[in-house]
Amino acid sequence: MTLALEINGLQKTYKGGLEALKGIDLNVEAGDFYALLGPNGAGKSTTIGIIASLVNKSAGSVKVFGYDLDTQLAEVKKCIGLVPQEFNFNQFETVLQIVVNQAGYYGVSRSLAHERAEKYLNQLGLWEKRNSPARALSGGMKRRLMIARALLHEPKLLILDEPTAGVDIELRRSMWDFLKRINKEGVSIILTTHYLEEAEMLCRHIGIIDKGQIIENTSMKSLLSKLNVETFVLDLEPVQGSLSLSHVTMRQLDDHTIEVDVPKSMGLNQVFTELTEQGHKVLSMRNKANRLEELFVGLVEQGRLQKEPA
Amino acid sequence: MGNVIQFNALKTIWIKECTRFLRIWIQTLVPPAITMTLYFVIFGSLIGSRIGEMGGVSYMEFIVPGLIMMSVITSAYSNVASSFFSAKFQRNIEEMLVAPVSTFTIILGYVGGGVARALLVAVIVTTVASFFVPLNVQNYWMIALTVLLTATLFAMAGLVNAVFAKTFDDISIIPTFVLTPLTYLGGVFYSISLLPSFWQTVSQVNPIIYMVNGFREGFIGVSDIPPVTAIAVLVVFNAVFFGLAWWLLNRGTGIRS
Repeated sequence: MTLALEINGLQKTYKGGLEALKGIDLNVEAGDFYALLGPNGAGKSTTIGIIASLVNKSAGSVKVFGYDLDTQLAEVKKCIGLVPQEFNFNQFETVLQIVVNQAGYYGVSRSLAHERAEKYLNQLGLWEKRNSPARALSGGMKRRLMIARALLHEPKLLILDEPTAGVDIELRRSMWDFLKRINKEGVSIILTTHYLEEAEMLCRHIGIIDKGQIIENTSMKSLLSKLNVETFVLDLEPVQGSLSLSHVTMRQLDDHTIEVDVPKSMGLNQVFTELTEQGHKVLSMRNKANRLEELFVGLVEQGRLQKEPA
Repeated sequence: MGNVIQFNALKTIWIKECTRFLRIWIQTLVPPAITMTLYFVIFGSLIGSRIGEMGGVSYMEFIVPGLIMMSVITSAYSNVASSFFSAKFQRNIEEMLVAPVSTFTIILGYVGGGVARALLVAVIVTTVASFFVPLNVQNYWMIALTVLLTATLFAMAGLVNAVFAKTFDDISIIPTFVLTPLTYLGGVFYSISLLPSFWQTVSQVNPIIYMVNGFREGFIGVSDIPPVTAIAVLVVFNAVFFGLAWWLLNRGTGIRS
């Protein structure tokens, strides 16, 4: 098994004493689509900063496709394409200048850089804007520009730090399709995001980091299987008075909407049976909460309770 | 392979830097031409005609090399200081830091950009000067060597300034409080032989004396400093500032946390 990323005992203490990473271990397989989740200040961006050599580590080791960050830095850098959280391009340069220059820093010749720029800017819907200065682009275009810029040297590992922050849902979905496509083509992807739905839709493996420690590192499938209660929203024909169900927890939102928490072991049949017996007609139903969100909150809270003294 | 990468990266940084100062030519290329025209009119024609000769040539002819050098120093310094600091400020310096660009290539690229602007400004100012005074060149090699070493030195000094700078004010403090006084006291407008011996000795601590006099030697064959000493001082300062810039960038001062 080839590892795209291998992190052992990674620690980072900033000047001033803030301990951002407390010795994390993390492996990401080649070809994987990996989500790194955590609350604000958990250590996600520090981890990414160290892998991309923007932040100096305090201890531990990082290997990218077998290349050691300490001894084979240039090889490590060639393997990685980074899409940072903040816009970090020169706002006065044009879209084309930004991507072609970035390729040049990786040693790509200008003619090849122009070829690739056309390919990736077209794929990301930015070719028409190639001569516009970056400052004239919309927020969504700027996000796509950063993805195009990170791909120009055709990296084996793409790291995206909250790539869809502030992007509308339609655009977000087109970016997901693009990322899925390049992952299928063989690019390993590590993604941090606040949209847990995004991680659930895209990623095969997931790591949850909190207060500088990895508290979960597993496959998305096995993580979701831990979920034993799901919440559903049911639309009913208008109900006179209050409504109650004996086997599940429920909340009545208004005269025709209820929320029910259903244990997986129980199933929905019993809920429908009871509602039918009471003479209520279910018009429609939807899954309420993002399943991963529930798990995420649960895991982070559980981790904190275990660590905090009584 | 590694060399090809560094060569392409160097070319990219240099083209980017030249594109930047050419894009904002009104701020980078026009002001030196206007300032120098004013110097030539006021100090050269109006006041200079009452001063008479200095160093065996007309006062106007005497100050031209110093004024060109002044433009070279300011242009080289401010180009790299503002470009590198802007890259830090907008964080697009990270574009280079995540890529396999060596510290040497980064220094060479930025300094190359600063030198390109300084040389272009030198050509512009020299052209302006030629309208006021006939320019006779005594030693082309001396001119080329002095201007190149001076531009390189101040481009590196601007880089060091930008590495330490945290605000835009920080990149104007050194030019205002250090560079300008040193330039004005660096023998641009007078020969240090006119000073009392104590101040002549003090003046020799000022590195700009060596650059101005080296350059003047090339133009009019007159210098307060032996040409070899001028070049040697420039080489030593270049080596020191290159070492400093390399050390600072390598340890990530001001650019890596």
